[in-house]
Amino acid sequence: MSSDRWKGVRNATVLLIGLLAAWQALYWFAGEAALRSPLETFRYTGKLVTSEAFWPHLSETMRAFAAALAIAAGVGLATGFWLGFHRFSNQVFEPMLVAIYSIPKITLYPILLLAFGLGMPAKIAFGAIHGIIPVALFTINAVRNIKPILIKTARMHRLGTFDLVRSVLFPAALPEIFTGLRVGFSLTLIGTLLGEMFAAQRGLGFLLMNAIGLHNVDLIMAVTLLLIAFAAVVSSVLLVIDRRLRRHV
Amino acid sequence: MTRVTLYRVLVIALAVLALEVLCLTGVIDRITMQPPHRILYDLGVILISGKRNAAIAKTLTNASIALALALIVGVATAAVLHGHRAVRETLDPLFATYYAVPIFAFYPLLIVLFGLGDAPQIGIGFMLGVVAVIVNTLNGLDRVPRVLLKAARIQRLGRIETALKVELPCAAPYVLTGAKFAVAYSLIGIIGAEFIMSRGGMGYEISFAYNNFDNATMYPLIVLILAVSISINASLSWWERVLLARRGL
Repeated sequence: MSSDRWKGVRNATVLLIGLLAAWQALYWFAGEAALRSPLETFRYTGKLVTSEAFWPHLSETMRAFAAALAIAAGVGLATGFWLGFHRFSNQVFEPMLVAIYSIPKITLYPILLLAFGLGMPAKIAFGAIHGIIPVALFTINAVRNIKPILIKTARMHRLGTFDLVRSVLFPAALPEIFTGLRVGFSLTLIGTLLGEMFAAQRGLGFLLMNAIGLHNVDLIMAVTLLLIAFAAVVSSVLLVIDRRLRRHV
Repeated sequence: MTRVTLYRVLVIALAVLALEVLCLTGVIDRITMQPPHRILYDLGVILISGKRNAAIAKTLTNASIALALALIVGVATAAVLHGHRAVRETLDPLFATYYAVPIFAFYPLLIVLFGLGDAPQIGIGFMLGVVAVIVNTLNGLDRVPRVLLKAARIQRLGRIETALKVELPCAAPYVLTGAKFAVAYSLIGIIGAEFIMSRGGMGYEISFAYNNFDNATMYPLIVLILAVSISINASLSWWERVLLARRGL
């Protein structure tokens, strides 16, 4: 257990040092026009996060992301339980979900813009459509892999549908569902950011897109660094929880 | 036709019909969306007139190049990583975070490195697709039965020969799963990059049409991209099922 943790820390450190070294090497190779050195980027990021203008963008992104994640998790779980339970509906709908999962959703952004207008709802919708289907697909799998004996026992105890889901199906399927939520987290985040890049006038995605348009390398590097740091920290935490849940099964 | 297929067709037909009715009765106005029959008609006009053929060819060619690179590099990387446990464990957190990071942030960097041609777009498509191939190929290589490896040793196959003749064919269904993701990701990368900055391609045409309220061009092109990605995906899924069925799975 503790050797596992020690190994994790060591791996993370090696990875970080490796990435920083690669970054510095790329900087030496590509030069000032393409990117900044790690040190300069950290310095600029420090300046950015202490500046007044930055926080409204961050809070906008976080609000949009939270709403999108809530929708993705809610709709995804509901769809997943329904299809996981109801065999015939699953046969009808699962291939469709898989097909929708595989389409390049970025092409849908003009449609969402036309439907929702420029702003918060379009971003949330863009984030949610990225997250719903992976959550649903993992949940379907999780529910279908539950041992039938658990359901039979619950029936014997005359549990209603809601109680059955809450106290039997959900705990039994939790590890797999959590993996779905972890994947859903990543995809919802990228969806929200893409939505902001193409369909917003506030938020980190907009800041990034603006910086790309103006070729403001300092800002591109700083925003990218912040986004990577956020995604890395949260997905590492989720990964640790995920592994722990699986060990208990 | 089985009952499942019948219902599936019915669901899709009803959805299209609902859209058609909503559009024709004006609940969804013409500026937001054209009725589906009109989109199909416009698509026919575009394809027959050949006006957008250059853009379509450019996008699909670039996406195929990105896909091919992602597959070759991805499978090769996975094959090498599979033999180096420590390196693989170190890279695991990177793979887990990768898809939460907006890879498009690296587009300006690629433009500086490769110039404003097709290469930066192909680079983005490649970067998005390659990790999905690596992760899924590794997953497949993990599941190669030990007995096959022993058999390969008995036949005195070398390391490379074992990889090419035993391990990779055995992992093929999983590589195909990765390939399906890579198809979507390479299209996302190419089209997204074309949205941001380019001089042609379907993404460019779509965003140009969007900016000019030219729904007669925008919707057909979007539908075309969706149709291409869904049909490639469906054929890969079919191939995957054939491979699995041959193994009695």
